[in-house]
Amino acid sequence: MLVWAAEETHNPLIPPVGEIIIGAIAFAVLAFVMIKLVAPQFEKAFVARRNAIEGGIERAEAMQAEAKAALEQYRAQLAEARTEAAQIRDAARAEGQQILEEMRGQAQAESARIIARGEEQLMAQRQQVISQLRAEIGTLAVELAGRVVGESLTDEARRSGTVDRFLAELDGMTAGTAAGDGRGGSTAYAPQGDR
Amino acid sequence: MTSSALALGDVLAANGEGFQAPGLGEFYPEAIAHFSVLGINFEITRITIILWIATLAMAAFLYFAARNASIVPGKLQFLGEAGYGLIRNGIARDVIGPRGLPFAPFLASLFFFILANNLMAIIPFAQISPMSKFAFPLFLALVCYVIYIWVGIREQGVKRYFKDILFLPGVPTYMYVLVTPIEILQNFVVRPFTLAVRLFANMFAGHMLLVVFSLGAVYLLQTGNYSAVFGPISALMAIVMTFFELLVIFLQAYVFTVLMGTYLNGSIEAEH
Repeated sequence: MLVWAAEETHNPLIPPVGEIIIGAIAFAVLAFVMIKLVAPQFEKAFVARRNAIEGGIERAEAMQAEAKAALEQYRAQLAEARTEAAQIRDAARAEGQQILEEMRGQAQAESARIIARGEEQLMAQRQQVISQLRAEIGTLAVELAGRVVGESLTDEARRSGTVDRFLAELDGMTAGTAAGDGRGGSTAYAPQGDR
Repeated sequence: MTSSALALGDVLAANGEGFQAPGLGEFYPEAIAHFSVLGINFEITRITIILWIATLAMAAFLYFAARNASIVPGKLQFLGEAGYGLIRNGIARDVIGPRGLPFAPFLASLFFFILANNLMAIIPFAQISPMSKFAFPLFLALVCYVIYIWVGIREQGVKRYFKDILFLPGVPTYMYVLVTPIEILQNFVVRPFTLAVRLFANMFAGHMLLVVFSLGAVYLLQTGNYSAVFGPISALMAIVMTFFELLVIFLQAYVFTVLMGTYLNGSIEAEH
């Protein structure tokens, strides 16, 4: 009941000074702990955490840049290889063309040579045939003439050499026609003339 | 003995005279010790002791939470950081602005001090918040008052700071008749007063509610007539109000800090 009596003197909005000072000390203690000990530690932790996160991001970025550089390098190498391949292909094509040209030239030369040899051979054979024929034609003509004209003409003709002369004349005539006919690329291989 | 128990003694002593509602005596428990320094009387009561227990417990909690603060927080550090971060990011950075971070430790001190003392309102055997004694909220409000005016003068200069308060820029001249007295009243009287009274009155009323419902439950159960039926209802209300009180405890601690943040914001930024 004593409490109730004392209560009359209390006004809750007018606090005693002593209480305010006690409150001030209590708040000062907590504020000191917070400002001096707690907040700096937390701030430090925040900074460390942010740095850790930023460091992670930085590392990831560096890795990405590295990967990108590698990719660029790859691409450059690929392009280089491609141009190189193209160059090689071009060179090979040119070389093939050249070889083909060469081969063609060689083949042409060969064929020309073969043709020339064939013509030469032909000419030689022809010469042989002509000389054989000349000999035979002479005897055949004389024999024929002898049969037509008389028996003893053979010796006489042999002696006077008329057959030979006639034949030489004939020969000169054929040589002329051969020179006139020589249009088929065989002019260089015309008969060698008289013996 | 708790204050509620003291009051309970009164209720029981008043047997037969009807229910004696708990009064202001709740907030003026008997002093355990008296002493006087320089003519100022100091009383050590159970509320003083509760204040010190709350303050030291909170200081210890914060100290141990922050002692080995690391990148990956432990449970204790996480809890401390959550509270500190709430004030630092939610008030110092977002309410005051980019220049508010230096005030974060002070604001956090306010918040944690009020929170610790408020929590004593529902902690068994204490069950009264020192903040329901006007002295403590008043002191905190005075500290805030001095700080926000000092910061205003420091940031804007004496002339500019007081001129902006006396003659609010952008107001038509004839309106100063009305605006200037209001601004003066608001900045130098109403703000600190409401800051202190809001916290004090909330904790005071919260305590009274809890005491009334608790004592009412005991009284009703002992009446010996049909009123005993209402005893459990009163007890249930006491429990419900305890949860409500928990909300008020956090809310008032936060509101006090947020308001201080907005006042600091007004002092730092030459707005209007």
